[in-house]
Amino acid sequence: MSAVNASLIHAIPLSSQVINLCAAIMLLLGFAMLAQRRVLTLINLFMLQGLVLFISTLIVALTTSQSHLLWSAGLTLLLKVIALPLILHRLIRRLSVKWDIETLLNIPTIMLIGIALVVIAFNVAQPISQLSGTITRATIGIALACVLLAFLMMITRSKAVPQVIAFLAMENGLFFAATSATYGMPMVVELGIALDVMVGMVILGVFFFQIRQQFDSLDIRHMERNKEQ
Amino acid sequence: MRQALLIDWVLITALGWLLIGVIGVSFPRNFRLISRVLFPLGALCALLLALLALFGVGASPQVRILPLGLPDLPFHLRLDALSAFFLFLLGATAAGISIYAAGYFRKGEGTAPGLQCLLYHIFLTSMAFVMLADDGYSFMVAWESMALSSFLLVTSEHRHAEIRRAGYLYLLVAHIGAVGILLSFGVMAGSAGDYTFDAMRNFSVAGFWPTIAFLLALFGFGAKAGLLPLHIWLPEAHPAAPSPVSAMMSGVMLKTAIYGLLRVSFDLLHAQLWWWGILLLLLGLVTALFGVIFSTVQSDMKRLLAYSSIENIGLIFVGFGLTLIFKSFLLPSLAALALTATLYHCLNHAFFKSLLFLCTGSVLHATRERNLGKLGGLIHRMPWVTWLALIGVLASAGLPPFNGFVSEWLLLQSFLFTSGLPQGYLNMLLPVVAGAVALIAALAGFAMVKFFGIVFLGQPREEKLAQARDAGRLERLGLLWLAVGCVLLGLLPNVVIALLDPVTRLLVGSGLRYTATSHGWWLLAPISEDRASYSPAIFLVSIALFMPLVYWVVRRFYHGRLQRVPAWDCGFPLQTSRMQDTAEGFGQPIRRIFSPFFKRTREHPSPFDTHPRYRSLVEDPFWYWLYLPIARIVEQGTRLIAFLQQGRIAIYLLYSFVTLLTLLVLTRG
Repeated sequence: MSAVNASLIHAIPLSSQVINLCAAIMLLLGFAMLAQRRVLTLINLFMLQGLVLFISTLIVALTTSQSHLLWSAGLTLLLKVIALPLILHRLIRRLSVKWDIETLLNIPTIMLIGIALVVIAFNVAQPISQLSGTITRATIGIALACVLLAFLMMITRSKAVPQVIAFLAMENGLFFAATSATYGMPMVVELGIALDVMVGMVILGVFFFQIRQQFDSLDIRHMERNKEQ
Repeated sequence: MRQALLIDWVLITALGWLLIGVIGVSFPRNFRLISRVLFPLGALCALLLALLALFGVGASPQVRILPLGLPDLPFHLRLDALSAFFLFLLGATAAGISIYAAGYFRKGEGTAPGLQCLLYHIFLTSMAFVMLADDGYSFMVAWESMALSSFLLVTSEHRHAEIRRAGYLYLLVAHIGAVGILLSFGVMAGSAGDYTFDAMRNFSVAGFWPTIAFLLALFGFGAKAGLLPLHIWLPEAHPAAPSPVSAMMSGVMLKTAIYGLLRVSFDLLHAQLWWWGILLLLLGLVTALFGVIFSTVQSDMKRLLAYSSIENIGLIFVGFGLTLIFKSFLLPSLAALALTATLYHCLNHAFFKSLLFLCTGSVLHATRERNLGKLGGLIHRMPWVTWLALIGVLASAGLPPFNGFVSEWLLLQSFLFTSGLPQGYLNMLLPVVAGAVALIAALAGFAMVKFFGIVFLGQPREEKLAQARDAGRLERLGLLWLAVGCVLLGLLPNVVIALLDPVTRLLVGSGLRYTATSHGWWLLAPISEDRASYSPAIFLVSIALFMPLVYWVVRRFYHGRLQRVPAWDCGFPLQTSRMQDTAEGFGQPIRRIFSPFFKRTREHPSPFDTHPRYRSLVEDPFWYWLYLPIARIVEQGTRLIAFLQQGRIAIYLLYSFVTLLTLLVLTRG
């Protein structure tokens, strides 16, 4: 990634460099979330990721003067930096899992798999970057890597709240990919996604309570026996 | 301008049905409104539709585009001779059935009457749209809404588990068939991606693709028509449905499948191969034979009629196959003869089978009994139904001067001309088929004698039958309409042939109008007068003359010499209704002769049993040969797939993750 930045650094203006920096931070946060055990810290990391996403979208919006991206940026700020972390904080307080530590097996292995995923993501994103004409095209690979890392996180977690955070992080990555590849999706789609995320959050919140009532725990491994015999 | 109006009127009528249904469902419990106003109105619409379609047969094709459905995908509609003929069939039959239904649906039975009204009229509208559709999309929409509404009608008494089971089976077969039709349209649309029938007509698919399209269509429409071995739903669904619905399904819905296959094979596909005809001929023959043999051994009156429908569909397919053979050997006038017989039989079957189903409905209402073993002697209690059923039975048995005779006679006539075919083997095969058709006609007569004799003649087998009441006024009117149709279609064959002429001209390029009717309205001579001719009027007159004569002779010379004396009693000191021939007993010879066809389980009582019970169950062997093995394979396959289901969310997520990665890498490569 630094190699990418180094080769482009002469040609690209400051705004692009800031965007690339944001992308790098996004990826870093993705790795941090992958390895983070504490639920509370996880939420804070998620909030940070949202913030970085907001900044990068704002810069893209300002430099390319795409007015609808401004709206997207505002939406990101409102939803992912303020609303969702607030809801999550309240949720873990009411579920009293604030200081929970998840027993993650073998963090180094997961990190290694994550690195492999980043390599794959860059490899896959290369032809897309060449096709794309946006100033942010160099970051498509990173966006894709963020999506894959979040997915990996979803697989490796066994508690409900971290899984939901992983799901939201995946949405972050998708949003970032959309901004970097085509300056964002149409406004309608973005609004729809934002609504989906909100509704999903509410439903999952309800589910948390149900799961805990049923199993006295938020560990979704308990749900294994729900399968059809 | 006047011509362009016709299809609009047809559309308005069809949508009028829909409106009636909507009004009905808005007042779901207003029984008086629904039965006294809405259903008769629906019958009026049907009558109007039949009249319009009568004009439509002769008119040139008309096209309309309705901006319904998806934004870029309007409904293309077209009214040509073929669709007009089938619309006439729909309208004329529905007129009788609707007026009957007005009297039939009672309070407090099954689904709310308003809902029944809605479903029934949706069913009618969707059938009309099936016949009007001019693109694959609207055809499928209409086809599926027809299947769904009829499914809901079949399961209107859904509290019984067996009825739910029958409905499920019907829906399953209907959907599998719909997939076949959809794929067939896909093949015919080719790579152009234009699903209008116009595009399919102009686009000729090359190589073996027409055959694939035809076979797929045969599979799909065959499933709806009840062609062997996809007939399995028919004897289950027909008895389960309320009688007007079974009449509608048997009389008209099965014909939509014939319509669809005619449309595909003659209109949308350019050339026909002769072996398609052989395939249809043999399939139809086996279906007819199977249907008629099974109908003779049934002991449920509606099942008997359902199997008889399978038989008639088989005969229709035999005629269809013959048409295909003649058409592919470029013998248009013979093809026209065979097609006329086919279409004529469609119309006839619609009339007499719905008449018979409605009669079973009246019997069912009067006695609450479907089992032939518990009926009997209804001629005294229900004279109207009995005499009208007699007309239907005679027509169904193919006796002159009723309508069933004409079409079967035409069918046999067209077999007689097969010796001119340029294929040696065909010339040897076809007389055998003709013989089999004659056998089927005879067995159909046997089945009808069983149906009529056991239900209406003899003595009542149960005491409660004494309370049976005849059909109500509206029911009688519906029955009368269909019975009069049976008689008229039998007496005026030349009128019907003249009506069919534009249809055969459209499909096979020739018609019978001038050859058949050249001898005036009273003499039907399909090819030439020297070979064969039939005059229903002479038949009627001679029957009318001979019947009283025979009656008089019998009374005069036979009964006059009979003396009633109490002496010896012939070994029957007392006679009870239990001593009559039962349904099982009547069917026994056939069951014996054709025993390899049946899968039969019997339970004999022991000689010392004080309450002996005899049970005999005749089952469809196709369940064991075909359906249960398939069901087992499917079950085993799904059990293998169930291994994927581990119950852990992480594993499910892993599946999608791996899929995503694989796809990403593949697109890269």
